[in-house]
Amino acid sequence: MTQVRVLAGTRKGAFVLTSDERRKKWSVTGPHFGGWEIYHLKGSPADPNRIYASQNTGWFGQLIQRSDDGGLTWNPVGNDFTYAGGDPGTHLWYDGTPKPWEFKRIWHLEPSKTDPDTVYAGAEDAALFKSADGGVSWTELTGLRTHPTGPSWQPGAGGLCPHTIILQEPRIYVGISAAGTLRSDDGGETWRVINKGLLSDGIPDPDAEAGHCVHHVEAHPAKPDTLFMQKHWDVMRSDDAGENWYEISGNLPSDFGFPIAVHPHEEETLYVVPITSDSLHYPPEGKLRVWRSRVGGNEWEELSAGLPEKDCYVNVYRDAMSMDTLESAGIYFGTTGGQVYVSPDSGDTWAPIVRDLPAVLSVEVQVLP
Amino acid sequence: MTEIRVVLPAHLRTLAGVHGEVLVSVAGTELTQRCLLDALEAAYPVLGGTIRDRNTGKRRAFVRFYACEEDLSNEAPDAPLPAMIADAITAGREPFMVVGAMAGG
Repeated sequence: MTQVRVLAGTRKGAFVLTSDERRKKWSVTGPHFGGWEIYHLKGSPADPNRIYASQNTGWFGQLIQRSDDGGLTWNPVGNDFTYAGGDPGTHLWYDGTPKPWEFKRIWHLEPSKTDPDTVYAGAEDAALFKSADGGVSWTELTGLRTHPTGPSWQPGAGGLCPHTIILQEPRIYVGISAAGTLRSDDGGETWRVINKGLLSDGIPDPDAEAGHCVHHVEAHPAKPDTLFMQKHWDVMRSDDAGENWYEISGNLPSDFGFPIAVHPHEEETLYVVPITSDSLHYPPEGKLRVWRSRVGGNEWEELSAGLPEKDCYVNVYRDAMSMDTLESAGIYFGTTGGQVYVSPDSGDTWAPIVRDLPAVLSVEVQVLP
Repeated sequence: MTEIRVVLPAHLRTLAGVHGEVLVSVAGTELTQRCLLDALEAAYPVLGGTIRDRNTGKRRAFVRFYACEEDLSNEAPDAPLPAMIADAITAGREPFMVVGAMAGG
């Protein structure tokens, strides 16, 4: 029988939520790595039982855990994320002064679509690492950090974090707060900034090549040149692999938010979770809502069935929304209040899987045969 | 070789797969933080980077070192530990303690 496995990373550990294809009754295991921040965990598309997890605390630093049995057992693998080339140079600090690049944590792990042993890691301060041996050893793809605009990159409030990695090998997209979006067409060797059309109030040069606070980017596998972006403010779209962006916020109640998702079977169906503003990180009017566009943006419908109608003041982080690939596609998101919601019908109706986890940092989903 | 008792904080005991104190074999005639921590990481490679920063080699900010009720956190890594403390540790009367600092929620 088909099984659905949801991987939830939280402030205090990882949880694995499993159900059958009806997605009504769930079992929960965890916390794995209790007490540690799990920024992200994700399974290999090539081997669903291979799962990578980013484990971190301010006390003991960064670890990478790997499971080869679908999350039942875990083993720590390599955690040597040394920036290549000796002196790493500088980026800009919040006060505009140069600051040496310094490794802090792994925000996002992106396993290869074809090789379970190959996985990419997005490191704060903004760098991209690759492992070809199941996470045992890591090599920096230096072209990203040493991009000519790198010395001008400044961290967003959460840090100088590369949170989005989209693999269309040899093409790779990366999203970095608050540098913007970059694309490599040669497997990560060289990069170009792709931010034309992004407008960001408050940065010194509104036409700046870099410096945009991208929150999350998604692409549909069947339409790889079309990208959808939730920016700090604005929901954006590109139809030419990021060369040009245009706004698709349309009738959203707020175009501030963090995650964005694309339906697995409908290339023009998108989902966002509007958040009140950059200073009020909770839903408008205390009503938790997902908004869906079936026409690629601009025209959005409110999805509310089963979601809190009032007094809800949680946030949904950038990596905390995901979709499964079942025929009736399911969508999942986790909140800073510790809830993980599921909709087994593409957003029409919702129900909580769990209500009282630690703050949810990431949600990924796997469909198992 | 000298056997040193080392107390790890709970998270690192879990990570290393140990319960209670661990015993670490340290070579050399003078006991320093560096030789002790090098020996600890050699015995438990999974602890690499968790006590000392991988890139700088320095003690992580929220990790402290204690022995004989003395805070050794800011002692130079290559300085011999004070004689009375080194004697107590090498004789097995006292452990070397790696402590997670009180911080956060």
